[in-house]
Amino acid sequence: MDSTNENSTCAVPPLILVINGHPLTVSALTLADLLSETGYGDAKVATARNGDFVPERLRASTKLVDGDRIEILSPRQGG
Amino acid sequence: MPDEFLTAYGVPFTSRLLMGTALYTSPEVLSQSVKASGSQIVTVSLRREAARAKTGQRFWELIRALGVTVLPNTAGCRTAKEAITTAEMAREVFGTDWIKLEVIANDDTLQPDLFGLVEAAGHLSRDGFKVFPYTTEDLGAAERLLAAGCEVLMPWGAPIGSGRGLNNPYGLKTMRNYFPGVPLVVDAGIGAPSHAAAAMELGYDAVLLNTAIAKAGDPPRMASAFADAIRAGRSAYEAGLMEMRDMAAPSTPVAGTPFFDLGGSQ
Repeated sequence: MDSTNENSTCAVPPLILVINGHPLTVSALTLADLLSETGYGDAKVATARNGDFVPERLRASTKLVDGDRIEILSPRQGG
Repeated sequence: MPDEFLTAYGVPFTSRLLMGTALYTSPEVLSQSVKASGSQIVTVSLRREAARAKTGQRFWELIRALGVTVLPNTAGCRTAKEAITTAEMAREVFGTDWIKLEVIANDDTLQPDLFGLVEAAGHLSRDGFKVFPYTTEDLGAAERLLAAGCEVLMPWGAPIGSGRGLNNPYGLKTMRNYFPGVPLVVDAGIGAPSHAAAAMELGYDAVLLNTAIAKAGDPPRMASAFADAIRAGRSAYEAGLMEMRDMAAPSTPVAGTPFFDLGGSQ
């Protein structure tokens, strides 16, 4: 994942989130921005915030808060 | 009346083998094994993946190329809430409302948490999911799952990945007899084609397995062996098995037996 952008012009302080179990400092303010910032882009993923599913259509309007736990999941083999 | 097809949520399938897609040595071997098995339903999962890894995307493209029905699972979930969220995520990614519902009780046995399972099954069914619950042969739990909206039940044969076969044939037979009209699938614990045949001989509608094929020396060949065993077991069930006896009964006619009058006393 990308490291924090030190030159961010974002008006609010960076957020510290837990993404897929790992803490990460980000400048994104929404879930959609977070996917772009961390390099998921248009990858085929599903997202959850603090244990609740966030549909793709709601990512842009889902605001992030310091300490949010974000899951970003992809297709995988399964039994 | 024997049923030619496995029917799940109104969809007919000619194959009675559901296959897991994990633990294969390569995507090619997985693909060859699915084709050799004739399976029309395969299970998949969702997992964390590093950004830009794209392995999930490649796996998904491989599965789509197989042209089979996809059954996402909630493997590893420990609570109803985790399973519900995972199912919702799977529905969006895989574009299906089918879900193999697993709520796991503990690490050693990977046995279902029946309480969480019933709770999640009710929630998901109300939300439009077609739930395939990984359960046990417990009849009370089965009743609750059916009442919650499940139209298929998937009791375990043995703990996931153990390859021990049918640990409780009596319980599975009872479940079959208790729910004659419900599609029942033995899920987990199958280690050999003979185990799968035994499940089919009990009248189960299908078998779901993964490790027994993936970890075979020659997975595509084992997939084919399982397909043969499942067909044989199903045919045997439809043909009607003889009643088991406690004592011997001669098959060759007794009448006309030579030396019969001597009673073995010469």
